[in-house]
Amino acid sequence: MTRLAANQRHAVHLTLNGKPCSGEAEPRMLLTDFLRHEIGATGTHVGCEHGVCGACTIEIVGNLARACLTLAVQADGCDVRTIEGLAPAPDRLGALQAAFKRNHALQCGFCTAGILMSLDHFLRENPRPSEQEVRDLLTGHLCRCTGYAPIVRAAMEAAAEMADRPAKEKSDA
Amino acid sequence: MAEASSAKARPGSGSPWVGQSIARVEDAALLSGRGRFIDDIGVGPGTLHAAFLRSPHAHADIISIDVSQAMRSRGVVAVLHGEDIRAMTSSLVVGVKAPVECWPMAVGRVRYVGEPVAIVVASDRYRAEDAVDLIDVRYAVRPAVVDLRAALTAEAPVLHDGFGGNVASDRSFRYGDPDGAFASAPHRISIDVSYPRNSCTPIETYGVVADYNAGEDAYDVLANFQGPFSIHAVLSRALKVPGNRLRLRTPPDSGGSFGVKQGVFPYIVLIAAAARATGRPVKWIEDRLEHLTASVSATNRAVSLAAAVAEDGRILALDWDQIEDCGAHLRAPEPATLYRMHGNLTGAYDIRHLKVRNRVVVTNKTPTGLNRGFGGPQVYFALERLVQRIGVELNIDPLDVITRNLVPADAFPYKTASGALLDSGNYQEAVRRGAREGALAELKARRDAVRAEGRLYGIGYAAVVEPSVSNMGYITTVLTPAERRKAGPKNGAQATATIAIDPVGSVSVHVASVPQGQGHRTVLSQVVADVFGLKPSDIRVNTEIDTVKDAWSIASGNYASRFAPAVAGTAKLAADRIAARLRRVAASQLNTEVDDIVFVNGHVGSRRNPDNKISFSRIAALSHWSPAVLPDGIAHTIRETVFWTPPELTAPDEGDHINSSLCHGFIFDLCGVEIDRTTLQTRVDRYVTMHDCGTILHPAMVDGQVRGGFAQALGAALYEEYAYAEDGSFLTGTLADYLLPTTAEVPSPIILHMETPSPFTPLGSKGVGEGNCMSTPVCIANAVADAVGAKDIVLPLVPAKLAAIVRGAEPAPPARQNSPMQEKRDGDRKLRGEGEAVVSAGAQQVWDMLLDPNTLAGVIPGCHRVERISDTHFRADVTLGIGPVKGRYRAEVKLSDLDPAKAVTLAGSADGALGFGRGEGRITLRPAPNGGTVIHYIYEAGIGGKVASIGGRLLDGAAKVIIGQFFAALARTAGGGSFASERLSWIARLRQWFGGQR
Repeated sequence: MTRLAANQRHAVHLTLNGKPCSGEAEPRMLLTDFLRHEIGATGTHVGCEHGVCGACTIEIVGNLARACLTLAVQADGCDVRTIEGLAPAPDRLGALQAAFKRNHALQCGFCTAGILMSLDHFLRENPRPSEQEVRDLLTGHLCRCTGYAPIVRAAMEAAAEMADRPAKEKSDA
Repeated sequence: MAEASSAKARPGSGSPWVGQSIARVEDAALLSGRGRFIDDIGVGPGTLHAAFLRSPHAHADIISIDVSQAMRSRGVVAVLHGEDIRAMTSSLVVGVKAPVECWPMAVGRVRYVGEPVAIVVASDRYRAEDAVDLIDVRYAVRPAVVDLRAALTAEAPVLHDGFGGNVASDRSFRYGDPDGAFASAPHRISIDVSYPRNSCTPIETYGVVADYNAGEDAYDVLANFQGPFSIHAVLSRALKVPGNRLRLRTPPDSGGSFGVKQGVFPYIVLIAAAARATGRPVKWIEDRLEHLTASVSATNRAVSLAAAVAEDGRILALDWDQIEDCGAHLRAPEPATLYRMHGNLTGAYDIRHLKVRNRVVVTNKTPTGLNRGFGGPQVYFALERLVQRIGVELNIDPLDVITRNLVPADAFPYKTASGALLDSGNYQEAVRRGAREGALAELKARRDAVRAEGRLYGIGYAAVVEPSVSNMGYITTVLTPAERRKAGPKNGAQATATIAIDPVGSVSVHVASVPQGQGHRTVLSQVVADVFGLKPSDIRVNTEIDTVKDAWSIASGNYASRFAPAVAGTAKLAADRIAARLRRVAASQLNTEVDDIVFVNGHVGSRRNPDNKISFSRIAALSHWSPAVLPDGIAHTIRETVFWTPPELTAPDEGDHINSSLCHGFIFDLCGVEIDRTTLQTRVDRYVTMHDCGTILHPAMVDGQVRGGFAQALGAALYEEYAYAEDGSFLTGTLADYLLPTTAEVPSPIILHMETPSPFTPLGSKGVGEGNCMSTPVCIANAVADAVGAKDIVLPLVPAKLAAIVRGAEPAPPARQNSPMQEKRDGDRKLRGEGEAVVSAGAQQVWDMLLDPNTLAGVIPGCHRVERISDTHFRADVTLGIGPVKGRYRAEVKLSDLDPAKAVTLAGSADGALGFGRGEGRITLRPAPNGGTVIHYIYEAGIGGKVASIGGRLLDGAAKVIIGQFFAALARTAGGGSFASERLSWIARLRQWFGGQR
């Protein structure tokens, strides 16, 4: 394993939402700080920096991770997905995002990025979850505004919609 | 006025936008990572970053601060401490008349754990934090007082010399004839309650970016401050500039506040001073530990409340004795928490006689400030617990006690004994509907059935008046009438809104409301679209504040639930004024009368002849392009700013009557809870909350406010407490210690509504955001009281507390015999341990090693060097990590009771930026059966400061690991192949099982 000098900045190359990007980081720099302040991808938020609140949740090589508990240099060479990669186009929302909007599943929107990343990942692996399963997943996220009910509702609606869609596409074909 | 142009009266245009749950204009950006929160906005080139050194002690004198090593640290530009801040700024004003200073950073003395002691400004945050660890502060610890009742005693340590003892204010009030009522009433029923410390803790923490222009002696500050902007006056005074030289701006988005971000203001002073000292912009984003430890807290309060009660449960008089704990400093606007509810201390009830004693005390805890509910949770916890007790003691259904005392439906507007004007409502109807639609009868049947199985089930109620739109003068009720006469009257609640029309006729709105997630921009687009016959998407709303360019006043901001009743209404008034002028312009253009003009579907036209119309944008733009065609008397239709303050909000009168708030919504809650007999966890089985918040502008947002408030209140009832050790150490510095409810804990309440419009607000709406924070904690407490049959209920209702009620007091742990440390009692959290290590060296060799600095330097974990002060006194520099917190400590070790080659007692202390520790241990050496030496050790240690805040759950394990490392290293150095291992004595194991460690 390469040993990185503590007081030097090191090049970090990663694929962010499908596009290559790079920057420099001291070994101790958190991935949250790297994404937000080096790369400028500020959609990933920092709520506690000790892994509890879930606001900074992102996907690293297909796995959910707390970006605040990850060092930037650990993500070198990795495929990273963040909230900025969720929408199909800048002026269009994806099914999950649209369900959040319809259901007023956000207020201040600060915790929302992490919740969307968790749900996006979860619904791809569990296309027809029970409400209890969605609630279990969401216990990894703290929201102080909504009281959670609209978030659960939005997640269930999005799950139903996303699960139906491939079926329809198949029957259309 | 409001009625004449009411949106609902708009003819021929379908239903109004107001009242519909339209999608939020805020959401698209927030859902795709394009929000613009303070830390998302870039800063100027050369911006520096700040980090704070904070006090590990609750109360101590600062003997010395040595910043020389920190200044030499890489990237550091400046290190400022209290004296530097004192030289550059003035003390923050204090809300009572007393010769007391209130600095945003400790000057000479620290008074709470987490109080800023120094600020490091460096090229980046990481380096600033590096240097924080290198500041050498020497403290002389003073005794601390944490409990508010203890703070009142004569022997309590005094925090501020300018207060009488620790009492910042002591006022008594009398309304009607309370003594007569108590003397003649058949019953006097009373309750003593304590309300704990907690906070609504937004997920985004504080942030400040400040710059200073030395040429003009002017500050430019961006902060996620939420108002009230009366604080701007406090800030400019502290920074010693006129208000027009303090530009205070807010970012477009803010990640929740719930009152809490009012408390960022002392940091605005500090970061602004740092910008001035360095000549560079300075940025600071608070971290979570800082936020939980030292941002701001709701007040904790002790209340003794008595009622004079008739045989039928009618309450004839109340006698309040409130002791409010504002923490270490009385920061603006405190003691407002205590006085916000002064007008409605009789709650939803018709009680004519009232006696009040209000004391404000200071203690060695974080200063308090705004928090959702602001005074309501504390007041209603006492009042509604009392109502439940009246039911129990007189054997009347508590719900009947409520209904027999409610303000009569035909009595509105109703003037309360202490001066509030309850604007509108029908409380009886709300209670009836709440009970019926909430299926109370069924819930009672369930309680009976569940209890029949031997399970613990209870039902609770709460009836609450929810005040909104604070009278800026209510806080002056803390002053005597004579003091008020001297200071001049304070009153009102100025709201501001500006409507502007640009050269292509599109409409912009600006308000000074500073939303923190509530969706103000969406609601304002609805309100204004209705006035102009446009779609909400046609209206652009800006809610950022720039005190240099925008219309604002002291009441501006996002607090006291003032948006719907005050701000949205003011936006409507401003739109109405422009609309009135546009009507005249259109009438002249369309050749018809002014009262024939209507705004419909993007057009301005004749009501009588719908074909005679012109597009809104064309009429609206005329004022830019052809002002000459405007009718006489119409100067322009380009911009209108309205300042609105309700005439009902007058200053307190000579008799201390105060209409503390403009609007009063009503909430009736009922709930059923079950307490698991095994785990003693409280599960909310059903929660029903009935709201009358006047006219509802956006049902989904009202729903969101109720749900959000309910979830926070559930946390306050069952999980959340800002906990302190007796020595003032803060114990809940992470979100793993301060427990916010998650999806697993928050049930979905049944939400019911009535709409009784307020006659005092332009749209008929009242505030709704804070009500459940007032009603829910006590409603759940009443249900738990019903379930377990207890009188004394203290929040949060964690299982340990319920265990004491349901199972009785826990037996004391078995006493440890022959322990020299047993008698020590300095209030620290105590860690205890005992263990043994076997080394192959002989006893004398081990003994020599223990007394040799060079050996010790090699075996003490993280040790940089050991200095020998005398034969029995050593000083060491060590770096230790406990959980996520690693820091450098200065350790002193003294040896005593030396019994050469057999036993020695070590007393040590360690101090560092991350906290402090004091401990004592006894080491005994005895020959091992198979040769070598057995080293036996027993220790007791107390730890405080940051490590105590974050590491409650980790400390025991960490201490064992570190001590284990010490003996392992000693064993290695002693040449033995064997290694040290800690094993717990059976007593220590018992202690752990009994939970005696925490």
